[in-house]
Amino acid sequence: MPFELDVAEHRSYLLRYARLQLRNDAWAEDAVSETLLAALSRPQAFDGRSQLRTWLVGILKHKVIDCLRSRRREVALDSEEGDGSAELEALVFRADGHFAAPPADWGDPERALASRQFFEILELCVQKLPPAMARVFLMREWLELSSDEICKELALTPTNLYVQLHRARLRLRECLDLNWFHTPSAP
Amino acid sequence: MILRRTCKEAAALLVAREDRALSLPDRVALRLHLAACEACPRFARQLQLMREAFGRWRQQAGDDAPG
Repeated sequence: MPFELDVAEHRSYLLRYARLQLRNDAWAEDAVSETLLAALSRPQAFDGRSQLRTWLVGILKHKVIDCLRSRRREVALDSEEGDGSAELEALVFRADGHFAAPPADWGDPERALASRQFFEILELCVQKLPPAMARVFLMREWLELSSDEICKELALTPTNLYVQLHRARLRLRECLDLNWFHTPSAP
Repeated sequence: MILRRTCKEAAALLVAREDRALSLPDRVALRLHLAACEACPRFARQLQLMREAFGRWRQQAGDDAPG
């Protein structure tokens, strides 16, 4: 199969990831188009040692970071209030600092990690984060940028960054708890 | 140095630990709390599973068969 077709086959996959990261269809299309162009213009850069998709995702990450960089002003964080974090905390903890309900045993991690459905739910949960919070979280967990880099890119203070990551993690935990670990058993 | 922490505080430290180093008093307080608490070690295991899941997710971004 010609290299162009091989590369094009991964387009929808790359687009899904770019959308998740950028929360903007037009930007995601751009990032993916640039990724495909970069790949097709330098096929010799693919040495075949890694999988083609791994290589493409590597290029896409750079394009996503470029986009975040140039759109810096458009990715301002939500205001501290009104993102529902206080409500979530009140659900999980009682006023005296005890858990409202003891955390569930999530069971065997290997079972979850071996399940494709688990990762579909994980992605859904990330999608349900407020967009700016998701962006910060994904810059850390998916793009693997350092705290310093994220603060610089988004003009955040470290404190603000940690607050956003903290809230994102609490929400994701809650979402997974609800949608994976407490799935009602079949009737 | 107050070493007694509520579950809410201990859980907050566990989440914070995912992204930054804790101070020594916080580390000590957390260890003491975890040794005495039933709920928080479960919370800690949930976070650990999430950490592993995100590691796996990152890998899958490259390794999956085309879907």
